[in-house]
Amino acid sequence: MLKRFITSREALLIGAIVLLLGLISSRFPGFVTPANLANVFNDTSPLILLAVGQMIVILTKCIDLSVAANLALTGMVVSMVNVAAPGLPIAVILAIAVGLGTLLGMFNGLLVWKLAIPPIVVTLGTMTIFRGIIFVISDGKWVNSHEMSPTFKAFPRTEILGLPVLGWIAIIAVIVFTVVMTRTTLGRAFYAAGGNPHAATYAGINVGKTQFWAFTISGALAGLTGYLWVSRFAVSYVDIAGGFELDVVAACVIGGVSIMGGIGTVAGALLGALFLGIIKNALPVVDISPFWQLAISGGAIIIAVALNAQANREKGRIILKRAEQAT
Amino acid sequence: MSTTVRTIPDRLRSLLEQRLKSWETLLLLVAIGIFIANSFASPYFLNAWNLSDATFNFTEKAMIAFAMALLIISGEIDLSVASIIALASTAMGAAVQMGVGTPGLVLIGLGVGLLCGAFNGVLVTRMGLPSIVVTIGTMSLFRGISFIVLGDQAFRGYPASFSWFGQGYVWWVISFEFVLFAIIALIYAVLLHKTNFGRAVYAIGNNATGAMFSGIRVQRVKFILFLLTGLMSGVAAICLTARLGSTRPSIATGWELEIVTMVVLGGVSILGGSGTIAGVVIAAFVMGLVTFGLGLLNVPGIVMSIVIGALLIGVIALPRLWSVWRAR
Repeated sequence: MLKRFITSREALLIGAIVLLLGLISSRFPGFVTPANLANVFNDTSPLILLAVGQMIVILTKCIDLSVAANLALTGMVVSMVNVAAPGLPIAVILAIAVGLGTLLGMFNGLLVWKLAIPPIVVTLGTMTIFRGIIFVISDGKWVNSHEMSPTFKAFPRTEILGLPVLGWIAIIAVIVFTVVMTRTTLGRAFYAAGGNPHAATYAGINVGKTQFWAFTISGALAGLTGYLWVSRFAVSYVDIAGGFELDVVAACVIGGVSIMGGIGTVAGALLGALFLGIIKNALPVVDISPFWQLAISGGAIIIAVALNAQANREKGRIILKRAEQAT
Repeated sequence: MSTTVRTIPDRLRSLLEQRLKSWETLLLLVAIGIFIANSFASPYFLNAWNLSDATFNFTEKAMIAFAMALLIISGEIDLSVASIIALASTAMGAAVQMGVGTPGLVLIGLGVGLLCGAFNGVLVTRMGLPSIVVTIGTMSLFRGISFIVLGDQAFRGYPASFSWFGQGYVWWVISFEFVLFAIIALIYAVLLHKTNFGRAVYAIGNNATGAMFSGIRVQRVKFILFLLTGLMSGVAAICLTARLGSTRPSIATGWELEIVTMVVLGGVSILGGSGTIAGVVIAAFVMGLVTFGLGLLNVPGIVMSIVIGALLIGVIALPRLWSVWRAR
């Protein structure tokens, strides 16, 4: 059991993260103080939330490139709702955000499930459509900080035990989805549908429907993050989180999620997101121009996917084989 | 994704019927429809110079789309093309600051394109990595290098002879770019439809293992396709840089999606194995006409992207909806 953990992708990533933190702290001890680490975690929380949803989608052999556009659209809608009705309780705002995100995810899922359109085509299309809709409903205008109500802005920043609510939501999502992925039939169906669609069909799993649920979950998380994003940064406009979908896919790939489907864990997605988040937060501290960030995350993706391929080549992904080794 | 079952009919349809019912014919009708609608919607549309201007909307993207079509037919994809443009343009910009002349600039643009294509190709064919992840990675990497070099600056000062590649006219309203687009389309049509190499591309896309056992060097063909895509990105980088006259690291942002849209709209199956160059040519015109027509009507660019996105999903969804509806 312990041996299996040490050789696992997650352990490797934890090692890499500790090494990274060690390197930074050798010159800038202030970076690894608990307060700052909590800050980094909080800053990475949107990426973690989306990476968990994306992980599930990728597990089923799909990809969701519309998450960032979904986030931006939901964020714009809730901030406009907030401007129109400042008195609305946060619970209602949250319900609107999650509900709208879920609907947008379902739209992707339906096209993939019912019409069997390749997911990359569907989400490329919806990505541009969602962004366009934001422009249409907002008329290209920004919703600024002073137009948002104080309670709307305060929710994700309220601190509980030193960590803002935003960070706690990421933690809760990670726990909930770890349980879902390992302890429920739907969770196992995601692995089966991606690992071997034919076998899954014969086992009575509706692969298309499973993919639909994956997109729905990804959409719901994107919608939730949409509200948290606009309220945390206290601004909403067409281009928020532009290109963020690539960071999300990068976090998954770094976290050991196989793009061929069937392999990946929530913990991996979490660690992949944290790895990118720490790099992003550390760059200004170690005085490297933020312009380096894009190239570094690109390099990280390529190295990670090369490592993934090496690791998967020997083992194969037959569940039975792993079970045999375990006994 | 459900598995597609290919049924082989016992009686082939006549050639004429095949032609009439093909994707290309449908697309051509759409293009003509858009053309007519445009000429009614705006009085400025039917003007030789305006129409000539409209071709710039798609010529550079289409050059890459031809190579991308072959790549997608073979079952791979390259999302890093726009970033290759950025990197090649940055390299040319840096060379200008060192006083390199026009021939040197062209060589540098093509060379950087080839190198980037080779980098993608090695990662995919030698190391056996999935192309979508590799090129998402290199998409950040290549543009990232441009950002490192340029930051928030821009390169300018391209020689006048260089700008001819983007702004020059060969004859009357026929621009150099349009001629280049036509020549490249012809080359790729011959390459895909009339050569052994083209047949190999289809074979790989339909059944890579079968192609291998038929004696096709699958990895080598794929590597060449990545090289070609890189090279065409280099060509597009030369035209675009010459046309804009400056280089910023954000040059050609989002083009990879428009290029993939163009290819898929042209009837190339994103799952590989089928598609024609003629389809991509018509799709290029459709997209160019839509964006230009909407532009004349003062529709903002971002709203056009809704139309492009809806077009992408719609053209694939409608035939499938139709067949689902007919099966009932």
